[in-house]
Amino acid sequence: MSSVRTAPRSSSRAHTRSRRLGPGDRLFLTVVVGIPLLALLFFVWLPALASIGLSFTNWDGLTLSDIHWVGLDNYHQIFTNYPPFWPAVRHNVAWLLFTALLPTPFGVFLAYQLDRKIRFTRVYQTAIFMPMVLSLAVVGFIWEIIYNPDTGLLNGVISAVSSGHHIDWLGDPNLNLWAVLVASGWRHAGYIMILYLAGLKGFDPALKEAAALDGANGRQTFLRVVLPALKPVNIIILVVTVMESLRAFDIVYVLGGGIGSKPGMELLSLLISDNIIGESSHIGYGSALAVILLLVSLAAIGVFLFQTFRKEDQ
Amino acid sequence: MTATATPPASRSRTPLTRTPGAPRRPKRQTGRHIMLGSIALLWLAPLLWAMYTSLRPYSDTAKHGYLSWPHSIGLQNFSDAWSQSGMPHFFWNSVLITVPAVLGTLLFAAAVAFFVSQFDFRWNVVLLILFTAGNLLPAQVLITPLYRLYLLIPLPSWMSDSLLLYNSLWGIIFIHIAYQCGFCTFVLSNYMKTIPKEISEAALVDGAPVWRQFFQIVLPLCRPAFAALATLESIWIYNDFFWSLALIQTGDKRPITSALANLQGQYFTNPNLIAAGALMTAIPTLLVYFALQRQFISGLTIGSGKG
Repeated sequence: MSSVRTAPRSSSRAHTRSRRLGPGDRLFLTVVVGIPLLALLFFVWLPALASIGLSFTNWDGLTLSDIHWVGLDNYHQIFTNYPPFWPAVRHNVAWLLFTALLPTPFGVFLAYQLDRKIRFTRVYQTAIFMPMVLSLAVVGFIWEIIYNPDTGLLNGVISAVSSGHHIDWLGDPNLNLWAVLVASGWRHAGYIMILYLAGLKGFDPALKEAAALDGANGRQTFLRVVLPALKPVNIIILVVTVMESLRAFDIVYVLGGGIGSKPGMELLSLLISDNIIGESSHIGYGSALAVILLLVSLAAIGVFLFQTFRKEDQ
Repeated sequence: MTATATPPASRSRTPLTRTPGAPRRPKRQTGRHIMLGSIALLWLAPLLWAMYTSLRPYSDTAKHGYLSWPHSIGLQNFSDAWSQSGMPHFFWNSVLITVPAVLGTLLFAAAVAFFVSQFDFRWNVVLLILFTAGNLLPAQVLITPLYRLYLLIPLPSWMSDSLLLYNSLWGIIFIHIAYQCGFCTFVLSNYMKTIPKEISEAALVDGAPVWRQFFQIVLPLCRPAFAALATLESIWIYNDFFWSLALIQTGDKRPITSALANLQGQYFTNPNLIAAGALMTAIPTLLVYFALQRQFISGLTIGSGKG
């Protein structure tokens, strides 16, 4: 491939190629692009839009004729008269801040440390990425045997040092969110590390060498040369962090015992499933919560799309 | 990129410490190894603890506590977990979901990425945005209408005994493909932009139809990207349990990740047994990861604005 890449004027986009496509070519492209496009519109975008519609209704989820239009009632209720809502928002914000301030920078740091010719780099990568390979169910059980108040590792170690402590890590509403965040950060750092490693390989090493020649130390090189040059990757990392924080569900669900939201661990995603999956389902209510989550997500998605595709549109 | 990183003060001492042009000597590598090694060990610690727990019989830990030296070690928990929870059956369910979903996602995403990156159609950017943004939507936003939709779509009896997309493995496969295509399209289109257009143009001049360009030229060139994406997608799809929780009614159709609950007794839970079961469910993704590891980083192309 390298020999081809050196061919002169590799950016010849001049002739419009679509004109030369025969009918067979057009049929092939229509089919292979049409199928995923239809699936996407039908299974992803249509439900997303339908959720917006349902959020203005009152529905028990049983028969379609029971759907009643209630306007903004659900939203009004949620903001004024739904006790778990504001705690859930606070927890989502705490989740985002924690993830953005600790595991994400740590993952970037690890990627930068591993992106050089040192021995065992693959061993380190594998070890730190390992939590991502495991399923969240597995992760949930692993942390359960660490956090368990009676038999868990953590309390075992603590009581070996000083007796009389019995901490219910996952039950105490003041503690459990942080206990879950440690488990989530454990996974997140590895994910960010892998993404950033992938991004770093697109970085021109000559820039780093130039900075080193100019006498910049490792930290300066990273902060002033590598980081600015990797802006597209930084945006992806940022979006992944925001989206993972907003969508956080599985790990809380598993560590909360699989029964929906628990005091101290309410999150928007859990409130949604509380309302739509439970025995008495309030579809309209759950959908309104989903739309609130959607609007916040769209802000993040919008920033990402704007930054990523602005160039290509020109 | 134009930012020069050098504070003027440090420039003066450079020639003293290093000859310009000489390769930078790796210094303090031991310190770095100690740091990375301890981080790696810390990261593996919860997993090692689970392994240690799973190797000990329940009676041993009940008598001596979990934080103790083992009095006997064995694989009894693993074989118990394997037989008690009906694991082979659920493993098979996971295979039936994951393999078609990963292959379908990669094939369709490659087609869309090929379309977007190799041709200059007017709607390309819109198409790419639609796919990428679709993958970023929270699953909880989709679930209620999707559930109703699945109840409305009939399937022939040879595809599902529920006669509906609801409560069938096909439904899970479809939503995985539709949802995951976005991420793969994004990564693959970035990757394909690095393929020189001359290659496919040469094929076009030779009179090769587009499908042959796609299958015989572009796809083989994307092999590293496929390896990376196959790893990630296998991990995500195999490990997912949200869709199957909401869209599958019958317990014995669920994938392995949701079957772990079968190990939790109604009155009594044996953590050692659960640890063993949990560790076994992780084996397939670990195998995929190790098999494709070599190309994992090199094939992942994100955020390169090389186009």
